[in-house]
Amino acid sequence: MSNVIIKASKLTRHFEHVKAVQALDLEIEQGQIYGFLGPNGSGKTTAMRMLIGLLSPTSGEIQVLGHALPQQAEAVRLQIGYMTQKFSLYDDLTVLENLKFIANIYGLPVKHQSKRINELLSIYGLEKKQSQLAGSMSGGQRQRLSLAAATLHHPKILFLDEPTSAVDPENRRDFWEQLFDLSDQGTTILVSTHYMDEAERCHKLAILETGIKRADGSPQTLMQNMGANVIEIEAQDLRGLKQSLLPLDGVISAAQLGTRLRVLISDHIQNPVAFLQQQNCIHPQDVLENVRPSLEDVFVTSTGRSTP
Amino acid sequence: MTSWLRIKAIFFKELIQLKRDRMTFGMIVMIPLIQLLLFGYAINTNIRHIPAGVVDMSQTGISRLLIQTVQATQVVDVQHYFQNEEQAQAAIARADIRAVLFIPQDISQRLARHPSVGLGTPASTDEETTRPIAQWIVDGSDTIVAGAIKGLKGMPLVELLNKPANRSVPTFEITLLFNPEQRTVVNIVPGLVGIILTMTMIMFTSAAIVRERERGNMEMLITTPVRPIELMLGKIIPYIFIGSIQVSIILGLGYTLFNVPVNGGLWDLAGATFLFITASLTLGLVISTIAKNQLQSMQMTVFILMPSILLSGFMFPYEGMPEAAQYIAEALPATHFMRMIRGIVAREVDLFAMSYDVYWLALFTLAGLVVASLRFMKRLD
Repeated sequence: MSNVIIKASKLTRHFEHVKAVQALDLEIEQGQIYGFLGPNGSGKTTAMRMLIGLLSPTSGEIQVLGHALPQQAEAVRLQIGYMTQKFSLYDDLTVLENLKFIANIYGLPVKHQSKRINELLSIYGLEKKQSQLAGSMSGGQRQRLSLAAATLHHPKILFLDEPTSAVDPENRRDFWEQLFDLSDQGTTILVSTHYMDEAERCHKLAILETGIKRADGSPQTLMQNMGANVIEIEAQDLRGLKQSLLPLDGVISAAQLGTRLRVLISDHIQNPVAFLQQQNCIHPQDVLENVRPSLEDVFVTSTGRSTP
Repeated sequence: MTSWLRIKAIFFKELIQLKRDRMTFGMIVMIPLIQLLLFGYAINTNIRHIPAGVVDMSQTGISRLLIQTVQATQVVDVQHYFQNEEQAQAAIARADIRAVLFIPQDISQRLARHPSVGLGTPASTDEETTRPIAQWIVDGSDTIVAGAIKGLKGMPLVELLNKPANRSVPTFEITLLFNPEQRTVVNIVPGLVGIILTMTMIMFTSAAIVRERERGNMEMLITTPVRPIELMLGKIIPYIFIGSIQVSIILGLGYTLFNVPVNGGLWDLAGATFLFITASLTLGLVISTIAKNQLQSMQMTVFILMPSILLSGFMFPYEGMPEAAQYIAEALPATHFMRMIRGIVAREVDLFAMSYDVYWLALFTLAGLVVASLRFMKRLD
């Protein structure tokens, strides 16, 4: 076996009438930052909870660090860290009390506790906040506290469920710096998100929609193999142009970006620029340009949706 | 392996959270304090001053003397005089009064022939000696009030006539042990320990697991290596101390304010209380693993609390209940504790003499801990 430490095959979970996750196959290698990209309700959280052993799959198999889940969930507890989507530490405990609680729960020897906690407080910039109640902190501070708590016991795998949904862009960038540091130290990270810029930072990612994996691979591979070309058009009356282009065979989507219209053309059309110029709605003075695809375009082609 | 470190972590976490929750912290002291004062003074089964009326058909010195004698018992308080029986009964129906003393026109003759007065010549006929001298008409719907009036049935008529009456010899001599003055508080104060503990202990822990779930902490907690039994123990231990504080408040005040001393051994008291507190706490934990939210846990607490008040023997004697109700009562920890605490406080009984209740509460606690731990799944499905 290679260094695959999370493996799932035909992973399926149904809730009463909802098929939350359907036949999901996954292989995550050690040290990777692996992303789940998908809109709300696409099964990201359900899939992650099954990989942690919190939910039993309806069918399918899971191996995490060589243990079958959910049967051997307790065996992996000490080796994984989980940061929930909603803040799940205690609002009415201070930063320090929360971290001490987690340290004791994970059985960290008392003599090492304060050293490790001080280390975390300094990494995540919480030294000055240590006596503050967690409930009274800002979204970014709470997120850093959650990450500190999830990594306190040096887990081999870190599960992060939409970790940046409650923080501003600057905090998000800092947060990712910290994730890269952890990844550098050998921690495998599974992160779910609905932000394209975040997904782009992952080593590998899986695009999920209504519980089905639509595509997976590294962001670069996904962009290269997306099966469509991207043309940006500069023209008058972009709203009207969009309505005329969308019904055409071969046009996957059209989205307005400021003064430009970004059109995805299926790659069975040989010369997409020429194809567009033949259309009546395109005027000779309009500027057409073949541009590099983005992850958002991958998302649109693989799910048929315009935004995650 | 169970880790004391983890139990300790949960224990301290609960203490800190409790300390920060000022309202709950205040209630720990205020519930026993206020309720003891309130019920200690208010609950009294020795009924006095029942509002009553009189229909005096005779209007003689004898009848007025009879009314005064009845007043002097303090059982009733004569507030109204009526012309006839109909008016009096209407007043009872309106609840202006609870009872009416009906004095017949011929009270003097009746009294003269009454065996307790014993006017011997000429000899009374059987019909004459069995005639009562007057009649009470009572609102019988409240049996305790009716019982108090019934107690006047054999009221001595010594002061009624200016001559010593023939004292009738009672059939039984009665010796009242443990509470010769018949003070209600002797029974109420230890009983309140059981009721207040049932209420606070079940209430605190019934919310314990549900609260973690409602506040979103559960998802974090179940991904840690904590074991269900560690979580359960860590959650109930703080409340064992809190329950002990409450017991001290109730019995301390019971002694200083109501003069109810603890006659039995303090170790017996501590043992019985510990058993009951742990039994109530685990019952609360079981509720907490069933309830989906704090409102449901509160409803289930009340569901347990009501029979604990009404069937445990706190308000009505256990022996008076039908057999089926006794079985239900036996299932409640409060019933066993009521027996133990009253035995220890009033009758100086030790725990060995009550081993049935001791074993029952201990088994209840163990079973509760097992059920709560088994029901607590470290899963979300």
